Amino acid sequence: MSDPVLSVKDLKTHFFTRAGVVKAVDGVSFDLAEGEIMGLVGESGSGKTVTGFSLLGLVDAPGRIVSGSVRLKGTELTALTDSELRSRRGHDISMIFQDPIATLNPMLTIGQQMRMAIDAHERLSARAAESRAAELLTQVGIPSAKERLRAYPHEFSGGMRQRVAIAIALLHRPAVIVADEPTTALDVSIQAQILFQMRDLARETGTAMVWISHDLAVVSSLASKLAVMYAGRIVEQGPTATLLRDPRHPYTAGLIASLPAMAAPGTPLTQIPGTTPSLLSLPAGCPFAPRCDRATDLCKADPDMTHQDNRGWRCFHPVTRTAEVPA
Amino acid sequence: MKTASTPLGRFWAEFRENKVAVVALVVVILMMLLALFAAFVSPQNPYDMANLSLMDSRRPPGFVGSGGYTHLLGTDPQGRDLLSAIFYGLRISIQIGLAAGIVSLSLGTTLGILAAYIGGRVETLIMRAVDLQLSFPAILLALVIVAMLGQGKAQLIGALVAAQYAYFARTAYGAAKAERGKDYIEAALATPMSGRLVVLRHLLPNCTPPLIVVATVQIANSISLEATLSFLGLGLPVTEPSLGMLISNGFPYMMSGRYWISFYPGVALIILIVAINLVGDQIRDQFNPRLRK
Amino acid sequence: MSSFLSIDNVSRLFGPNLTTGEKIAAKLGSKVETRSVRAVSDVSLSVRKGETLGLVGESGCGKSTLGRLIAGILPPTSGSVTIDGKPVMESGTKVTTRVQTVFQDPFASLDPRMKVGDTVAEGPIAHGLTTKGAARDYVAGWFERVGLDPVWADRYPHQFSGGQRQRIAIARALAMQPDVLICDEPVASLDVSIQAQIINLFLELTRDLELTCVFISHDLSVVQHVSDRVAVMYLGRIVELGPVAEVFGTPAHPYTSALFGSVPKLVLDADELVHFETIDGEVPSPLSPPSGCYYHPRCPLASAQCSAQQPATQPVAELRAVACHHFEQQLAKASA
Repeated sequence: MSDPVLSVKDLKTHFFTRAGVVKAVDGVSFDLAEGEIMGLVGESGSGKTVTGFSLLGLVDAPGRIVSGSVRLKGTELTALTDSELRSRRGHDISMIFQDPIATLNPMLTIGQQMRMAIDAHERLSARAAESRAAELLTQVGIPSAKERLRAYPHEFSGGMRQRVAIAIALLHRPAVIVADEPTTALDVSIQAQILFQMRDLARETGTAMVWISHDLAVVSSLASKLAVMYAGRIVEQGPTATLLRDPRHPYTAGLIASLPAMAAPGTPLTQIPGTTPSLLSLPAGCPFAPRCDRATDLCKADPDMTHQDNRGWRCFHPVTRTAEVPA
Repeated sequence: MKTASTPLGRFWAEFRENKVAVVALVVVILMMLLALFAAFVSPQNPYDMANLSLMDSRRPPGFVGSGGYTHLLGTDPQGRDLLSAIFYGLRISIQIGLAAGIVSLSLGTTLGILAAYIGGRVETLIMRAVDLQLSFPAILLALVIVAMLGQGKAQLIGALVAAQYAYFARTAYGAAKAERGKDYIEAALATPMSGRLVVLRHLLPNCTPPLIVVATVQIANSISLEATLSFLGLGLPVTEPSLGMLISNGFPYMMSGRYWISFYPGVALIILIVAINLVGDQIRDQFNPRLRK
Repeated sequence: MSSFLSIDNVSRLFGPNLTTGEKIAAKLGSKVETRSVRAVSDVSLSVRKGETLGLVGESGCGKSTLGRLIAGILPPTSGSVTIDGKPVMESGTKVTTRVQTVFQDPFASLDPRMKVGDTVAEGPIAHGLTTKGAARDYVAGWFERVGLDPVWADRYPHQFSGGQRQRIAIARALAMQPDVLICDEPVASLDVSIQAQIINLFLELTRDLELTCVFISHDLSVVQHVSDRVAVMYLGRIVELGPVAEVFGTPAHPYTSALFGSVPKLVLDADELVHFETIDGEVPSPLSPPSGCYYHPRCPLASAQCSAQQPATQPVAELRAVACHHFEQQLAKASA
């Protein structure tokens, strides 16, 4: 395998609040190869979004990256100054957010905003910049792109705005795009269109993606590998199909089993008991243990990542059965 | 860490963390107590003519007067002990401020919430009237009303209420309009519950945070507005000297070196208003979700 | 079929709700939106006692508005909703407690300044289902029923997680002893691992209490799991209605088929390249819907008839109905 584009090692991002230290990200490691899409799956509070923000150095006080490394094409991002980081952001690594409204300036046309994003990193003539912008809008599926450059964000629908945000993220052909639930707020029909296009874009441009989502089905149709987060750490990672068909961590297994598609209509769903723990008062040892039916005294210690082939899990009592494939 | 479970308990736990606000709160409470027990803490009853001697008038701080005790802050042109006069003046100022604040709070809140809840014509009528009034300076309005109604406590409070209720109405309206659209109001109405019950049990309690903030600021404003009116001679009759009138009384002597007659009542007024505002600022910060950690 | 909950030709218009200033601006020729939106357009449904009817569609299709019309939160512009022959609303006011609602966001649907026990007790006390003195025990009973510890009645909403709050919201609705429950996206804002808990609770309660349910969701897999029948909405109209397995198995309307095809499915086979059946274009603005069948601009089966004439709702099979000129063609495609 060639060198990874993005390599994250033991990343820890903690928030120092008045109520105590919140270990939002607590030792996350993964590698991402060129053109690869990794799904980062977790529930609210699992640290998946903070992980995404940490990759771009976008964590605000009271939070900060406490330790660990984020290497992008060999450059250590955590060692860069703010201004050095800014020159990387949008150029080598960019982010797409859940709410495109928040990322687009309502006072400027789409064309002006794309022009500004281009100017931030390179010098292009007005004509060249416009044709680059129009080309990208076409690529993300916006019809009559040249005319649409003169439109304002409010003239676009939610799905179209998200496409614009994606086009802006792609302007400089970044090596890595971090996408934080970009289709969650959209309708299924629009979501399907965008997922479809993102998969093709990654393949054509070689852009690697970290796709953050709570929806297993969305990432399973998009990502070639998955990382499942729970309470600030990755509890299981591996190739998508292997991980979904044959989960090792009881949490992953529970998540898959609890999907309505996994049970006959009207029958009770397999449920994970309890609620996600507060990051302020994590139990000692394996954080999933209190909700886990396989937990023993052993789980009072913190399990390390067990590696096997190209996958890994953090559990003393991994599930070994093969999940049934639904008809 | 111990976390209180009632909303009030949590509020106080957070409030305590701002030492400046706690000191300000203590100052406010202390000044209110001094005002309340003015008769007991004052060395002299400044309204009892029998106690006053013109021999003692305009004496500097530290002067031992004919009453046999030290006038710590000096005396005024009538020979009153200034410290006692300030305590009594505080009483009147706080009385007026609180009364005007509470009446305008009730009136403004009622109007604002009704406008937001009922909507339509009622909303337009109330809120346009409020907007119209907010476009005039409060002091101008108060001056006109006092000039029309004449002097006296009730008239003064009336003028202050008329000048200030609009701020409460605006705040209550804004808060109620935002809460009105939330699911819990809809859920209560969908039970179904009567509109009156929903307003009293759900809408009003959830509109209180911003109203408390405005109330603290407006009580301070009432006090300073009253002081301004009294300073201009339009406030209370001479028999009930508030802080504003004390300042006014000493004003002619400012340039003759007898600074204390205006100065100390002024200091008392400033301390009171600054302290109330500091408390109000902390309450506002605590209620502002964007500033929450 | 005996109908328990009847929705008869219900429509709901939303006016532009202009302020005086905007009205003047509109008169002066400014670009102010003065058109009305027909959020729900001539919808008729009948639900049997004990049945759960799923209501699906994309955002803006009117499913939430229809839910609120049935729940008596919004008065319909025309048409009526009756439960067991008795109207839910009379002259714009809700006159029954027999229909109750569970809202989408449990963080917004509970009064943050009221103890949760008081929130649950409030309605039953106001309607004489319990007394102030007996309210504590009454609430405790419902708390247990939804899987909450009764001692939590004295806590405030912020002390609960999303799943627990949704249980409280369910207890509040059930404490009114309704016959009909409207669930408006009750699991949409919950975490995946909590969704299953709430869905199970819902299944158990509707069965034990013989509740008639309208379950609104954009998540087709959830609707498929809990519903007996499903109604698919598009731009305020019901385009297809029928038993859930049949509608999703062999869709009679091209929109149902496309909607179901767009849903990402859990892919377990590494070699399988996921095929999305994407719908072209976007939902048109409800301010100026297309002529004829609202779906025709996006429909692969559209013909000249579709843009000219609005298709009538016609029966397909027992309990099944569809509003499409070419449903036979679609059915043939679906069964192929």
